[in-house]
Order: sequence, then structure tokens, then C-alpha cells
Amino acid sequence: MGLAALSANLLMVSFIAYLIATAFFGGAVKGAKSEASYKNNRWGKIAITITIIGFISHLGYFITRWMASGHAPVSNMFEFTTAFGMMLVGAFILLFFLYRTPSLGLFALPIAVIIIAYASMFPKEITPLIPALQSYWLTIHVITAALGESILAISAVAGLIFLLKNVDLTKKSKQRFWLEVVMFTLILVIGFVVSSSTFKLTGYEAQFTYIDKNEMPAKMVYNYPPLFGMHQYESLTPDAMTPWAEMPAIVNAKTLTSFVWSVATGIVLYVILRLIFRRPIAALFQPFAKKANSQLMDEIGYRAVIIGFPVFSLGALVFAMIWAHEAWSRFWGWDPKEVWALITWLFYAAFLHVRLSRGWEGEKSAWLAVIGFIIIMFNLIAVNLIIAGLHSYA
Amino acid sequence: MSKINCQCGHENPFGTVLCEQCGRPQTEEAKKSKLVDMRYEGASRRSQTYNKSIIDKIWNFFSSVKVGIWIIVAVLATSAIGTIFPQKLYVPVSALAGLEEYLAYYERLYGFFGTVYVRFGFYDMYNSWWFITLVGMLGASIIIASVDRVVPLYKSLKKQRTKRHPSFMKKQRVYGEGSSNDPATSLMKAEEKLKALRYNVKLEDGALLAEKGRFARWGPYVNHAGIIIFLFGILLRGIPGFYVDETMWIREGETRSIPGAEGYYLESKKFIMETYSQEDGEVFDKALDRVGMIASNYQTDVALYKIPDDALIGSNEFEFVKDYSIIVNKPLKFDGFSVFQMDYRLDELKSMTFQLVEKATDKTFGQFTVDLAEPTKDYELENGAHVKLMDFYPDFYMNNGEPDTKTPVPNNPAFIFEMKTPDKPEGERSFVAIQQTLETEQNEYKVKFVGAETRDISGLTVRKDKTLYVILIGGIIFMIGVAQGAYWNHRRIWIQQGTGNELLIAGHTNKNWFKLKQELDQVKDFAALPSYEDRQDKEAILEDKEGEKS
Ligand code: HEM
Repeated sequence: MGLAALSANLLMVSFIAYLIATAFFGGAVKGAKSEASYKNNRWGKIAITITIIGFISHLGYFITRWMASGHAPVSNMFEFTTAFGMMLVGAFILLFFLYRTPSLGLFALPIAVIIIAYASMFPKEITPLIPALQSYWLTIHVITAALGESILAISAVAGLIFLLKNVDLTKKSKQRFWLEVVMFTLILVIGFVVSSSTFKLTGYEAQFTYIDKNEMPAKMVYNYPPLFGMHQYESLTPDAMTPWAEMPAIVNAKTLTSFVWSVATGIVLYVILRLIFRRPIAALFQPFAKKANSQLMDEIGYRAVIIGFPVFSLGALVFAMIWAHEAWSRFWGWDPKEVWALITWLFYAAFLHVRLSRGWEGEKSAWLAVIGFIIIMFNLIAVNLIIAGLHSYA
Repeated sequence: MSKINCQCGHENPFGTVLCEQCGRPQTEEAKKSKLVDMRYEGASRRSQTYNKSIIDKIWNFFSSVKVGIWIIVAVLATSAIGTIFPQKLYVPVSALAGLEEYLAYYERLYGFFGTVYVRFGFYDMYNSWWFITLVGMLGASIIIASVDRVVPLYKSLKKQRTKRHPSFMKKQRVYGEGSSNDPATSLMKAEEKLKALRYNVKLEDGALLAEKGRFARWGPYVNHAGIIIFLFGILLRGIPGFYVDETMWIREGETRSIPGAEGYYLESKKFIMETYSQEDGEVFDKALDRVGMIASNYQTDVALYKIPDDALIGSNEFEFVKDYSIIVNKPLKFDGFSVFQMDYRLDELKSMTFQLVEKATDKTFGQFTVDLAEPTKDYELENGAHVKLMDFYPDFYMNNGEPDTKTPVPNNPAFIFEMKTPDKPEGERSFVAIQQTLETEQNEYKVKFVGAETRDISGLTVRKDKTLYVILIGGIIFMIGVAQGAYWNHRRIWIQQGTGNELLIAGHTNKNWFKLKQELDQVKDFAALPSYEDRQDKEAILEDKEGEKS
């Protein structure tokens, strides 16, 4: 087996390990009577062991892929997102050993699983580095930034548990609505994975030529039935569907098409789940959060930001600036990706300052943590795929 | 202003909430509240004390954390708006273009919202006066808020006494009281355990104070100082000579003076662009199959020259400094300057070679070559023929029916030649562009294109940034500060004898209460102290109560 193939298998192993560990964490939470008893129960111990095995396998994926390609595997969407998932699990393990709360694992691992599944939807082949990326600062900067983001993300996991536990889901309220929106968003990601894998399995492909925004002819390959056509498109695949509408040059109609397919699939999934369970999705997960201690979740949420903020600052700003200086001659250029890293940083700075005043602990803080995670994901997904500047991986 | 005298005899500055020494609440509000606000130890802060003059008002405004947060959010929001459409810097409109051209560009791509974006100045957000003002306010807020707090905090931490008044203890978040069989021994054992946990312990007068990690309290002030130094470094860029940022385009074979770096010259020997191929390893095959070509290297081989310091003014004497290959991520460095490989253009036309031919017979009068960078006017050919270059359009296009040039770059050269031959001494005119020849009237001779020579051009950026060190130091100090504030915590534990055999224990930490409680539990078990509660953890208290009942 070549290194590249070994690497892919190791990733698969870790993916499965995380799924199994989630089930065991579920057992740990379910079996426990109270906070004190669930900390040291058997299920929890098995769960964390499996998590660590999965994490080691994941690290193995990372290292073997690094060896195969000769550069750190953080240079495209698939690689970066997978690494982010790995660090999320790493950050969870760190916080688990600080606080020993199975509830955290019960929610962190499924999120890691979704992230890895999401990553696998992007082209997985090993790409050589373009000149701008040929620098050891790429490795240092991206790994540190991703590590910081993953620790910050744990804060959102704790926040989510806090909210699931404390928001009253029996009465109509703003909180209940928004919590359901958060759950719905997670289902949308699953919708993306499902629809993307379906069309990938069928090997769907449709090619078009179009005119780009600099008025140059270009080519585009769709992996979804093209709902929207590129600017002045012409089909090269005769039996593909005719797009419903043509988009102006600034809109990437391919991305829009994938997005609409994912949303549609997500909505279908959501409706099916609602029909089966006849309850809001948040209510479905609420029992799993009930065992967690609110004060502790608040503390973990805050602590994760405290631990993650310096790491994020170092990776996403300091190292980023040093590298940008070497590669592009200026340490800061207001490129969208840079700006969004700054926005993330400012947001968490604001979070830390908000915590200085009374009355912002608990629920408000939990909401902020969830918003912070959304900003991180926005930077990872939307800025890469839609706004796309110099840092574009697409 | 008058001082506040505490019952313990200590004289506190006006505005004090908790006595600097014994911790007794001094204000009505603090006396009534169940938990004291331990931030800044209840010390007197300027912003909480004075509010008369305009300076007080400005001071108080900027020292408020609430205001600070709003400023941070405002910077965040404006930054985000700046990413909706590309910034001015990143759009393919010449930097020299006026507002009209930008408006046209944004309107073409983004329609109405594009024009709004330009009109409001959002297309150049980060250079706009309001953005700069906001960042200035952020700086002011950081400075004032920090000074307002750090001084009183320092003073009261220095002055704190081991023995605190019971009212101070009772208002702590972590608090417990209960009788003990042997308070004196408990205190001694607590001291021993706390020392083992690496606390600094003071035991006097039946009271114990254990403290650790006080230096973590300075973390925020250190990191704020780092941010201020960073911003100051950016401010310095305005000073001439501190900051150079120029671009230069240089063709293969050319020698040009380096803009911004007086006395230095750069010769481009060759521009190299390479792409990945099969030889670079099988692992890349799939990727290369899917996307096609992937660049592996952009490089300009250069020689650097300098006019010697003692050279006569106006002399062209060059001194060779060094040869270097500028590649992406490896700039050429000299004398504080860095030259970066930023861009390139392949195959720019360098020169074009033509033939003068008699149309009827195909008889040629020989060839001539026009150097497109510096075209010569007259070309003597064989047999007394002569061609004169009347007009030259490097980047030809029709401008209202007249030939004109878009740029000085020879992207699409066009020429007007005058051809003189022995039998047409008055000359004939011919307009020659790529793939077309126009004649005002039927000519007997023509200029025929034979071949062209091309060369590559490198786009280089020249930088000098003396502020970089200031900025880097700011960054390092910031990192030290955040680490200091985040990875260490300031914890204190107070234990004292109350009336009779009673023991009071209280604890405070600036963050990480979980760990404080863990340590306190160890001390409690070791020294047989009364149990305590975290009054903020309602669920645990409830659970404990239920546990006791059952
Ligand atoms: C982007 C700018 C800023 C950054 C990155 C920043 C960073 C920080 C950090 C990391 C902390 C420590 C927080 C903690 O440990 O919980 C802190 C504390 C603090 N910051 Fe900032 N800050 C910024 C702007 C401001 C502004 C504008 C103000 C003005 C009101 C301010 C006032 C404070 C105060 C009062 C503290 C608490 C100090 C203490 O606990 O002794 N900061 N800051």
C-alpha cells in the first residue's frame, strides 16, 4: 500500500472511531445519575479511549499524507478542513482531561464527524504547491491558526450544550427559534454531504464555457445538475439539463447550484426528521444535554476562549503577517481572508471584554460562543468559496 | 477631595469601594450587595470618581469597557462591509484612474449596489477617514482604560493585608464557615498544603492569606501595550524615509534604476516560469490531470548595481553588487530594501522585423527591425530605398475613427510607414498593424511583416519598512501579554478564625474557578476545614442539598 492510500485508510479509521466514541459518550451521559457520578463512569472511559485511538489514527493520516506529498497537508479545502476536524478532536481531548465531562464529547465528536464528511466532498488528490505557498511559514501559520480555531470551536460546543439544557423548548420564544436555526444549519451541512456524495456516486458531470467577469472565456465543470448557468454559458455536455437561469458574471453559478442543492436536500432531511419525531430537532437533543452542569459548561466555554485566543492570535495574525511579508511583500493587505481573520479576532476580543461585565455569563455568553463558531465557519467556507481573494483554495 | 477613613484605621483615597487593607465595604451599595465586585479590588478609579471637567468626561468615556466593546464591534462591522465587494486595490482598474472609471467598473459588475459602494467610499474602506478614526478611538480607549485601572489595581494588591474583615470574606463568591475542633492546627496544616500547592502563604494573627499567579493580573495591560506599540509602528509609516512601497516592471535584458532606492540599479537577466510535470512525482498525477497546468516557480535572475558613493555627479559608473535569483517567498535584500517577485508578463513584443517589397514583382529591398521600446525613425534599405516611421501606436485601437494607443505597452503595435523608393521618391504611406494593412490609396510597395522577437517582463515590488521592527516588537509584547493573562491565573484563598472555634474560608480567582475549587478541596480535606459553596453554581448547591436530604 502506498503512503497516499495508507493515509486515506487511516482517515477512514478515525472517522469510524469518532462515530463509535460518540455512541459510548451517549451511554456515559445516559447511564449517569448526576454530575458527580458521570465523571468517572465506565462508558466514559471507553469512549475517551476510542476517541484517542481515532485521534492517533487521524494524526497518522496527517503525517503519512505529509510524507507522500512533501508538504504539510493544509494546502487545499479538503486538507485544511480535515486538519481542522483533527484539531477539534485534539482540543476536545485537552478539555476533557481538564474537566472530565462526557457531555462535551457527545456533542464535539459528531461535529468533528460532520466536518470531516464535509471536507471529503472536496477534491482529495494531492496537489503540488504553487509558488506563493512554497514556504515553511505556510505550515506554521496554517497549523497554528487552525489549532486556535479548533480550541475556540470547543467553546461553541459548550455553549450549545448550555443552550440545549437551559432554553425552555416547551414555550415559544426567540431563543427556541434560534436554537432550532442552529440545529437546522448543522442539518444543512449534512444535506450538502448527502447530495454531493449522491451525485459523485452517479458520476454526474456537465461542462460549460462561459465569459468571466474580466470578459475572458473560461470553462466550468459541474458535478450537480446545473440549476444556474454561468454568465453567457454554452453547454458542452449535450444531455445535461438546461439551467433555469443565467447568472451575471460576478456570481459563481456553480457554487450557487451546489448551495441550492444542499439546502434543498437539507430541508428534505429536516422535514423527514420532524415528521418522524414530531418534535423540534433541538428537543431531540435536549435530553443529552440535561446532565451537564450549566456553571461548568459556562466555565468551559469561557476557558476554551481563554486558551484558544492566544493561539489563534499567534497563528492567524502574527505568523500570518510574517508570512505575508515574505510572500507578498506586505504583512497586511486587507485581502478578504485576512480581514475575516481580523474580524474573528476582534469578535473574540469583544467576547472576552463582555465577560468582564456582570450579567454576561451563562446564556448570553453561550450565544456569543455559537456566533463565534459561525464566524470561523464563514471564514472557512464562504470566504474561500464565494469572496475568494488571494487565499482562495478553490 | 476628602479621604475615606475605614473603621480599621486605614485611610483610603476618595472613591474607594472596598478598603485597601481590610476589605470592608465602604459604599452603601457595596454594603448591601450579597457578593462584592472584586474587579480591581474595589479600588478607587479616576473614571469612577470625577466627572466635572471636559477632560473627566472624555476620560470616563474612553475608560468604559462598554464603550470599548462598541468601538471593537464598530471596527469589526466596518471591516466586514469592506469585504462585500473587492477593494479598490484589487480591481483591474488602473491606479491612476479617476472616480468615474471606478464607478463604471463597479456598476458593470455589481449594478446599483456597486455604485453605492463606490459613492460611500466603501471601495476604499480601510483608507477612509472614518475607519482610521475608529482605529484611533480604539487606541485611545485601550490606553485610557488601562491607565485608569492598572494603577489602582497595583496599589491595592500591594497594600492588601492578610487579615480581612469578615464582611469582606462573607461577600466572596467562594465562601464557607463552620466550627472546627482545632482551628490553630487547621490553619497550620492549611499553610503546609497551600505551600505544597505553590501558593505564597502568609499566616499572622489567626488569619491566612495564600496567593499565587499575581503576575497574571498584568497580562491584559502588557497585551494592550503591545497593541499600542503596534499601532504606533503603523503611524510611523507616514514619516518620509520610513516606508517605501514601489512597483517596477523590468524586461529581460534591461537595466533600470530601482524606484525608491536611490543609486541602485537592477538588471534583469532572465525571467523563468516553470510548471509541474510528471517528473515531480506520481502523487501529483491526479491533480495535474484534473486542473491541467500548475505553476511551480516564478523567478527573475537579476544583477544588482550601485553607483559608488564617491562617484562624480552625473557619471554612469556602476559598481556590481551581486547576482541573485528573486523567487516568490525569497526576496532580494540589500541595504534595508527588499525586492519581491510579484508578477510577470510573458512574451512581450521586443522588436518586429519587416521587409520592403514591390507588390507586383515581390522584389525585396531588404529587411529592417523596429525596436518597440525605442523605435528609430529612419531605416536605410538596399538599392536606395528608405523607410520612415511616421507614427507608432504601441497598443493600437480605433478611437472615434482615429488610430490611438491605449497604453505605452506594445501589446498590439501599429505603424504608419512612409516608403521611398527610387521610382517613388515622393513616398507612399501605409498603415501596418497586426494582420492588417491599410492604404490611403493604391500603393506599389508594401512593408511586409517577417518576424518578431519577444521577451518576458518581471513585475517586482520594492519595499523598505523601518517600522517593521516596531510592529514586530508590538506583536511579541502582545503575545507575551495574552499568554500571561490566559495561561496563569491569580488565585487567593483566605482562611481565618472567627468567633470561638469558627473558621471562615473564602476564595477568589480572576478566572478558572474550577481549578481554584479543586485546590481548595485538597486543602479542605487535608486541614479539616469547613465546607464551602460556590454561590454562583446554583445547580451544584441544589444537588448538594438534595444529596443531603436523601
Ligand atoms: C482589539 C483590541 C483589544 C484586544 C485584543 C484586547 C485584549 C484583551 C485581553 C486578551 C484581555 C484579557 C481578558 C481576560 O483575560 O479575560 C483584556 C482585558 C481588558 N481589556 Fe482589552 N483588548 C482590546 C481592546 C480594549 C479596549 C478598547 C478596552 C477599553 C475599554 C479594553 C479594556 C480592557 C480591560 C479593562 C481589561 C481587563 C483588565 C483586567 O482584567 O485587569 N480593551 N483585553
